[in-house]
Amino acid sequence: MKLTRRDALAALSAAGVAVGGAVVADRVADSETLGDDLLGIATDDESTLDGSARQTLVAVAEVVYPSELDGIEGFVETYTEGRLLADESRRRSVATTLSELDEVSREWESTAFANLDTDTRDELLRELAVDTADPGPEGLLPGRVRYYVVNDLLYALYASPTGGGLAGTPNPIGHPGGYRTQLSPEYQRASPAETRDPTAGRDSDGTANNDRTTDADGGEAGG
Amino acid sequence: MADRTPEPRADVCVVGAGPAGAIVAARLAEAGHDVVVLEAGPRFDDESRREKLDSHLRPGEENPWGMGGQRDAYTNEGDRDYPLNAARVKGVGGSTLHWQGMVMRLHERDFEMQTRHGVGTDWPIDYDDLRPYYAAAERELSVAGADDNPYAPPREEPFPLPAFPPSRSDSVFAEACESLGLDMHSVPNARNSEGTDEAPACVGYGTCQPVCPSGAKYTAERHVRAAEAAGARVIDRVPVQRLDHDRAGDRLTQATYATPDGETHTQSARQFVVACGGVETPRLLLLSRSETYPDGLANSSGAVGRFFCDHLFAGAGGTDDRQTDQNHVGFNTSECHQFYDDADPVVGMKLEFLNYAGPSPVTTALNADTWGDDLLVDLQRDYGTHLAMGALVEQLPRRENRIELDTSRTDDHGNPVPQIHWSLDDRTRAGLRRANKIQTAVLSELGVTPEWTVGPADTGPAYHHMGTTRMGTDPDASVVNPELRTHDLDNCWLVGSGTFPTGGAMNPTLTIAALAVRAADRLDAVL
Repeated sequence: MKLTRRDALAALSAAGVAVGGAVVADRVADSETLGDDLLGIATDDESTLDGSARQTLVAVAEVVYPSELDGIEGFVETYTEGRLLADESRRRSVATTLSELDEVSREWESTAFANLDTDTRDELLRELAVDTADPGPEGLLPGRVRYYVVNDLLYALYASPTGGGLAGTPNPIGHPGGYRTQLSPEYQRASPAETRDPTAGRDSDGTANNDRTTDADGGEAGG
Repeated sequence: MADRTPEPRADVCVVGAGPAGAIVAARLAEAGHDVVVLEAGPRFDDESRREKLDSHLRPGEENPWGMGGQRDAYTNEGDRDYPLNAARVKGVGGSTLHWQGMVMRLHERDFEMQTRHGVGTDWPIDYDDLRPYYAAAERELSVAGADDNPYAPPREEPFPLPAFPPSRSDSVFAEACESLGLDMHSVPNARNSEGTDEAPACVGYGTCQPVCPSGAKYTAERHVRAAEAAGARVIDRVPVQRLDHDRAGDRLTQATYATPDGETHTQSARQFVVACGGVETPRLLLLSRSETYPDGLANSSGAVGRFFCDHLFAGAGGTDDRQTDQNHVGFNTSECHQFYDDADPVVGMKLEFLNYAGPSPVTTALNADTWGDDLLVDLQRDYGTHLAMGALVEQLPRRENRIELDTSRTDDHGNPVPQIHWSLDDRTRAGLRRANKIQTAVLSELGVTPEWTVGPADTGPAYHHMGTTRMGTDPDASVVNPELRTHDLDNCWLVGSGTFPTGGAMNPTLTIAALAVRAADRLDAVL
């Protein structure tokens, strides 16, 4: 399954980023003209994160996202651009955290995190206890990696229709997919006049209940 | 810096910008009166709602409205701990910023519990008195509903907006309910099913509680905006410290409030409306004691803070083989009020069919201790087949359940914090057991083994704070008269669920709104 620009925009929306905002909109519009294959990949001069940090971030995404997904790099970079562009404090914290993670990799594995194969990256993150760390914006590195990197990536994916769809829902919590996505097409309530005496169960005078204002489509009575 | 100095001339000073205070303020301002509203909490930016959604979903950041800390401190002394700050909000909009948005009318029996059943107490008004105000309140809150509930009290006109149609989960429950003879019907919701001039239609973010990013769910900010458009002045972050009366003790003269920069001001007015909820309203009255009223303002009856009651939650749930599509929306579309008026036992109860049973992918993912393909397998296994029922069960008022002042602990302004004395009686427990019995019968009919229940042993409150400034005709037994004016002070009005003599088992906000509309009419006449 391929992640698209639309998925990144949905993820930004769920994360509270005003995609309509001028700067983010310009960046995303530029990426749109380039097409999904070149989605949101910025040069070092204009990106919110430098090249090394972006590579580390994408390398983490390739571990924490399901292996069946394509288009991870573009999705992550577009999401990150939107997420960090309007939040300098967060950008610095994310950059610092990614840099420290990369340092750990260079110390333990003698190479950059992005150069490791995915199994080794997975192993390193677990050895660092990122999988069980309490996420937090400050404090020890595992909690910050979980907070700024892993959980933000998971949020971007699973609050979007594509990630939700992988898990079984096209309208996951956090995504404004419309309330009608939950409807059962086979089941709508019929008019009470067709199904029951509207005064049943009452011990008072009971005004007639015939002015239904439901938008039900009719069909079988639902109990 | 915002101007938080007092309004030089005010016909009405409203304390609290939740639904009760905001509705009164809007209607009186629109009637041409000079209104000032003093709100303890801040004004929350509309644009930050999606950020609040984001932070709510992330572990450790679940409280988006800033409740807690010394400002909101409280203590418990009852048999059961009451988590006071779990769902209330101090801010412009009050607890409707956080609320679920279910808006039902009380039943006729709720106003006559003593006469009909020999329990609780009667209200000094009946359903017919409140009926036109319920209709007005439904318009004020743009309620989406359908007249398909055979157990609802009589009504005179359609709901303002069409009901939200039943969900896929409802369709699963419908089979069992039909077999068992249970009637399912729609839920009146204070959220837009269609766009209006005031608000857009619901888009299904799924986080109604604690935050609706789209604005489709009603918050009292709508009435604050209306009040301000009509000329009212709303001052935020100014907790009222006390109310003072004249020498004779007949009328309030001023409200003393604190500002964020440490200053203290007094606001005078001809009429005062205290609308701070069922805990802070009695607390403010108790904090305002004087030589004339040593037990607190408006407390000649000794009933201020007494008869604290809530609704209790009962629930049961499990998993099914069928797809139930949970968590597309954060509200319910079907309920059953069939047992509400029953007399064996005399405990009001409404049953809910939940649309938010079980986990959602994003919250599971953020709390998981794995990722990648392993996480996806877990998500696919855990999502989409949950079924659950909830219920609200009535708690009758008892004098020993109460809000007092705890002088051993103070808030950020040095005032004693509220102390909660809360316990359950056998009647309430019987109602909870009955709710569980029906819920497990429905699940069993579906072939679903209940995997969890919440009943008498582990129930919790619905955060509907009621009864603490009860309404009545006897000044020796009640705090406010049927107009919601205090017996003791001519120009002091208390509006909110604290005035409910009994609380039934229906979510209280529509009744709060109806009483607010009614009180505004009375105030307009007085002014």
